[in-house]
Amino acid sequence: MGWFFNRKKSSQVAKDRLKLVLIYDRSGTTSNNDMINMMKRDIMQVISKYVEIDEQEFEMDIRSVKGEEEGMSSQLVANIPIKKIKQMVKNR
Amino acid sequence: MEKTIVITSGKGGVGKTTSTANLGTGLAMAGKKVVLVDTDIGLRNLDVVLGLENRIVYDLVDVVEETCKLKQALIRDKRYEGLYLLPAAQTRNKMAVSPEQMKTLVEELEKEFDYVLIDCPAGIERGFKNAVAGARAAIVVTVPEVSSVRDADRIIGLLSSSGIEDVRLLINRLRPDLVRKGDMLAIDDTLEILGVDLIGVVPEDEMIFRSSNLGEPAVADDNSMAGKAYRNVTKRIMGEEVPIMDLEQGTGFFSKLKKLFSR
Repeated sequence: MGWFFNRKKSSQVAKDRLKLVLIYDRSGTTSNNDMINMMKRDIMQVISKYVEIDEQEFEMDIRSVKGEEEGMSSQLVANIPIKKIKQMVKNR
Repeated sequence: MEKTIVITSGKGGVGKTTSTANLGTGLAMAGKKVVLVDTDIGLRNLDVVLGLENRIVYDLVDVVEETCKLKQALIRDKRYEGLYLLPAAQTRNKMAVSPEQMKTLVEELEKEFDYVLIDCPAGIERGFKNAVAGARAAIVVTVPEVSSVRDADRIIGLLSSSGIEDVRLLINRLRPDLVRKGDMLAIDDTLEILGVDLIGVVPEDEMIFRSSNLGEPAVADDNSMAGKAYRNVTKRIMGEEVPIMDLEQGTGFFSKLKKLFSR
């Protein structure tokens, strides 16, 4: 009986599938690479205030991850190797 | 909306040519001077949809290669004052024209006409680049179905990287009954996924088959639902605010009852 109540409308399935497939389609286009590079630059600026990072090895990407319960989901994955943590001087 | 508009979709068979024919005819009926440019070199169809196939002498490639003057290639539609067609070549391929040549051509047409509508071929290769080259705005046609919506998204991305910012969505062949049953993407679903502004929704309409059989655009037919929808889109292109037809609301007893209580 469960299937009867849980059954999703096919239009909802279409919508969910489209949302997911478009993340990958969009991530392959140049405008998206630009977006990732811009995000990278911004994040680099913020992090550099606190830790010294290896800018060459800084990686960022959009990836698909298999969810625990059902289906795939998308994640923004960043790998930021740290060279040195700056000595924080407390203000005041 | 800008006056030089490319009608595109990515996917084939969603109604680009039919939409171009109807919107062009609609604009002409509203008193505008309009030229429709078929850029689908090798697979032209706008001429037959408009019923002008017997009047072609010169085509787009002839104009670009300067075999004839631009004015000689323009076909005047005798039924609608102010409507002109620049047909594509049928026996050449898309490489016969470059985006730069298209840009020059479109600039030339803009001097003569109130509106220039460019019918784009399916795909994202040379034909698309040609069609987009001179355009200042775009109408992306999609049907509410996964493959078409996916391709529309790709096209929207390509349009923005070509510098076209005024991009509107035309949802074609909507089946209100299927939307109500939950078996077709609703207007809002499609808009949410694609994130662009809507210019109109054209319901699935059997009259369209009749109109393309006859070579008479449905926009001129008062009895056609699709024709009415196209007339509304025409008004929106000209800057009028027209509400989207209420297609998804049911007409049965229960829907009416629901409507009554939801007020």
